Amino acid sequence: MNVLDRLRSLLARLLAPARPDADLDEELRSHVQLRADDLERSGLDRREAERRARIEFGGHLKFKEESRSAIGGTFWEALGQDLRFAARMLRKSRSFTAVAVVTLALTIGANTVVFATLNALILRPLNVPRPESLYSIHRINDKSGNVSYPDYIDLRDRNHSFEDLVGFKIAQAGLYTGDEPQRAWILSVTGNYFDALGIQPHLGRMLHASDEHGPNSAPYIVLSYAFWHARFHDDPGVVGRVVQVNKHPYTIVGVAPRGFNGTLLFFGPDFFAPIVQQEQLEGANDLDARGLRGSIFQSLGHLKPGVTPQQAAEDINAISVDLQRTYPREHEHLPVALWRPSLYGEFLGGPMRAFLTALMLLAALILLAACANLGSLFAARAADRSRELALRLALGAGRGRLLRQLFTEAVLVSLIGGAAGVVGSLVLLRGLSVWQPFPRFPLSVPLTPDASVYAVALLLTLASGLIFGAVPVRQVLRTDPYGVIKAGLLRGEARRVSVRDVLLVAQIAICALLVTSSIVAVRGLSRSLHGDFGFDPRGAILAEMHLEMAGYRGDAVPAMQRRMVDAMESIPGVSAVGIIDWVPLTTGDYNGTFVFKDDAVDLKRANSVDKPALFRVSPGYVSAAGITVLAGRDLSWHDDEHAPSVSLVNQAFAKKVFGSETAALGRFFKQRDGTRTQVVGVVRDGRYQSLTEEQLTAIYRPLPQSQSSELSLVVRTSGDPEALAGAIRARLRGLDPGLPTFIQSWSRAMELVMFPSRVAAVALGLLGAMAALLSITGIFGLAAYSVSRRLKELGIRIALGAERHEVLQATLARPLALLAYGSVAGLLLGILASRVLAVIVYQATPRDPQVLAGVVLVMLLLGLVATWIPARRALAADPLVLLREE
Amino acid sequence: MPGEAQLLQGTLDLLILKAVSLGRLHGYGILLRIGQISGQALLVEQGALYPALFRLLRQGLLKASWGTSENNRRAKFYELTATGRSRLRQETDGWNRLATAIASVLAAQPGEA
Repeated sequence: MNVLDRLRSLLARLLAPARPDADLDEELRSHVQLRADDLERSGLDRREAERRARIEFGGHLKFKEESRSAIGGTFWEALGQDLRFAARMLRKSRSFTAVAVVTLALTIGANTVVFATLNALILRPLNVPRPESLYSIHRINDKSGNVSYPDYIDLRDRNHSFEDLVGFKIAQAGLYTGDEPQRAWILSVTGNYFDALGIQPHLGRMLHASDEHGPNSAPYIVLSYAFWHARFHDDPGVVGRVVQVNKHPYTIVGVAPRGFNGTLLFFGPDFFAPIVQQEQLEGANDLDARGLRGSIFQSLGHLKPGVTPQQAAEDINAISVDLQRTYPREHEHLPVALWRPSLYGEFLGGPMRAFLTALMLLAALILLAACANLGSLFAARAADRSRELALRLALGAGRGRLLRQLFTEAVLVSLIGGAAGVVGSLVLLRGLSVWQPFPRFPLSVPLTPDASVYAVALLLTLASGLIFGAVPVRQVLRTDPYGVIKAGLLRGEARRVSVRDVLLVAQIAICALLVTSSIVAVRGLSRSLHGDFGFDPRGAILAEMHLEMAGYRGDAVPAMQRRMVDAMESIPGVSAVGIIDWVPLTTGDYNGTFVFKDDAVDLKRANSVDKPALFRVSPGYVSAAGITVLAGRDLSWHDDEHAPSVSLVNQAFAKKVFGSETAALGRFFKQRDGTRTQVVGVVRDGRYQSLTEEQLTAIYRPLPQSQSSELSLVVRTSGDPEALAGAIRARLRGLDPGLPTFIQSWSRAMELVMFPSRVAAVALGLLGAMAALLSITGIFGLAAYSVSRRLKELGIRIALGAERHEVLQATLARPLALLAYGSVAGLLLGILASRVLAVIVYQATPRDPQVLAGVVLVMLLLGLVATWIPARRALAADPLVLLREE
Repeated sequence: MPGEAQLLQGTLDLLILKAVSLGRLHGYGILLRIGQISGQALLVEQGALYPALFRLLRQGLLKASWGTSENNRRAKFYELTATGRSRLRQETDGWNRLATAIASVLAAQPGEA
């Protein structure tokens, strides 16, 4: 009965929250009227009677409050009231609300993004059945998990710890389905891979151990869901279709389930193929080479129930020791450990976990600093409202109620900010998930947030609201209503240096440091876009291919190369064409080769004179790449396998091996195999591997004398290189429709080399913006607080004739001094940090007037923005208005 | 005020219940009635009445409805519910027992115990 009543009262209040209040008001009014009637009857006139009645009735507000809490179920009503009041207060002080919401949106958004990443990469288990018992085998010393195929077979068959042991390797091959040939990424898996992991097909079937009957016995592939979707448009008819892989017929037997991309988190293969097909897929078979680690990139499996990772590792180590005894030349025993497979054990998992944990901590610290700053801003507002608060206290409102009101405001702000932050972070996460910074590598990082991400975001939002709402609590609790109303001032002890000041200076210093670094990075980046690389990427377009993938072997390779160069030269608008095996400043690694002095006899490594980068090029490459020939001649088509061995060298090589550029021409050096090679030309130095490398030595050898089937056509045009792509594709298809080629401009291909500096610039920029925001809120908070506290004093000073600059000095001197200290400290730190930055970013130097000017400008702007509103308020302090308020 | 007795904690509820048990009353009427039947010895502070009234309403001891007062003012009238009536009986008994007990304690003479 009682409970029911209470429920009904609560429900009624929820459904019609405004009514009972009005009801109560009316009842109290009627009471006063009735009393007044009585008094009137006793001889008073009506007005006097009503006045007396009201006075007798006493503290209306307090009784209302008490009555309300007596009515019960008032929590919701009070909350609604608080919310409405909070919304009104926030609307009234727009600048505070805007600053708080933007700050919280950014900081909570950043925390959400970082946590979602941490969650997706570290916390969330792999998307396979029973992920908790899945472990992979890694050597402890180099954390690598690769083994030779024969070793894998031994480990698989002889261990007692795994339910089954599977292995895989990453490979690339040319895929031709009848229209556009393309280079595809493959996960080459052992036959038992899918069955041991418990992966069920989306369509058709997966691969099974029973498919394997030795090398090249299982020409079957299983498409990944994403590739099936993108390339075959969800066509269920693909199962059973025969496609060409490196010009060998393969049957598509199935499609993998959605969301399964193998067991490595980063890698999204186009299709899965049996590892026994290695010879056809990769051009060579090393499955029988016990001494060659790497046929299996990683081996993993479910542990049997009750087996711990330590026991399993001991088991594997015992087998490994035994293998070393049996095959002392091929197998070296190195202790192994069992780790989680998704980030390649601790190889990536360790650094990734450390990095993301550090990032999470940093983000949380930023949030905390933001809360501290907003807290002081909030305290400034509470000080502004001290009269309102004191009045409410005096009228009988409980301190608890006041605090609840303040907390409601804080949490309302943080909820708005948090909601905005989460929406922003969702957009960012979606972008990051589909982001492909490396055009040639199928990065697959599913950062889709799950329930835990939203839960953490909500928790952080509420926590930050409560934290910054808590800052003015002491102030409110200390409020002495009579004192405040009388004096109009909060008594506050002004300490000389407070913790808040130190915190603020630290924030400003970090901000200045990040601003300095990001300006240095951006300057370096823009320099590197127009930098001198020793060649000219602008106006050149690259067509990258692997002749092996289209079945070219032996003599067919140089013939095809010559035909391609001729075909390119016939395109109108093309000024030069060349071939190189590896294009400088693009994905991958250059080849190094040992060279020896002409008179060297014992050609062992220790006697080599240099290890230059080796580029295998066709005649015409140097002009297609825009490399200046300083002395001698370019290579020619006559420098073939029958002609004497010749080479072009760069300036650095000429100087290092022969003493000077001019001395090198016509001289000889020896290669590893003893071939005497003559220097026929000296070309300009260049950048090869990265923009920040030390100058490398390099030699350019004619392709016919040093074959490679991996190559790129370099086509130079005076016009727009992108416009040439269609013509190049058409010519190449005319030569061989089954040859997968990848065409892009050299400048675009170089983006990968720029990637670290871009990421550094963007990351520093983001962090810098975040820090700038914090500094603004921090300075704003301090300045606003000091203005609020001294508003009356300022008014009086203005009334007594104080100049504007004196007023500003009185209020803003402290925040601006802190800004100056922080900025100088940050700038000095930034100059030191640039040395570190120079490793990543091309020509990063703080000794650049634009950097210094930029930093000073940014920090000044920051101070201006942060003190604008408080300064205007201080100047507008009108003594008349202030005194009238008394 | 001379002759005015201090209200004991918790007795306000009992007084209200008693006052209302004699007939349907509005808030101001309750005050008057208490003053009248106590011979102006017990005066309830005007505003303090309402929190008590709402407490009793919530406990289901009173019910309220809007009506018109004797001098034609709109006012909210209170009356006892069945629960209120039985509560009043209990409280009255309890009070009487307590009053008797206290009275006999206070009336004790030296040597009697």
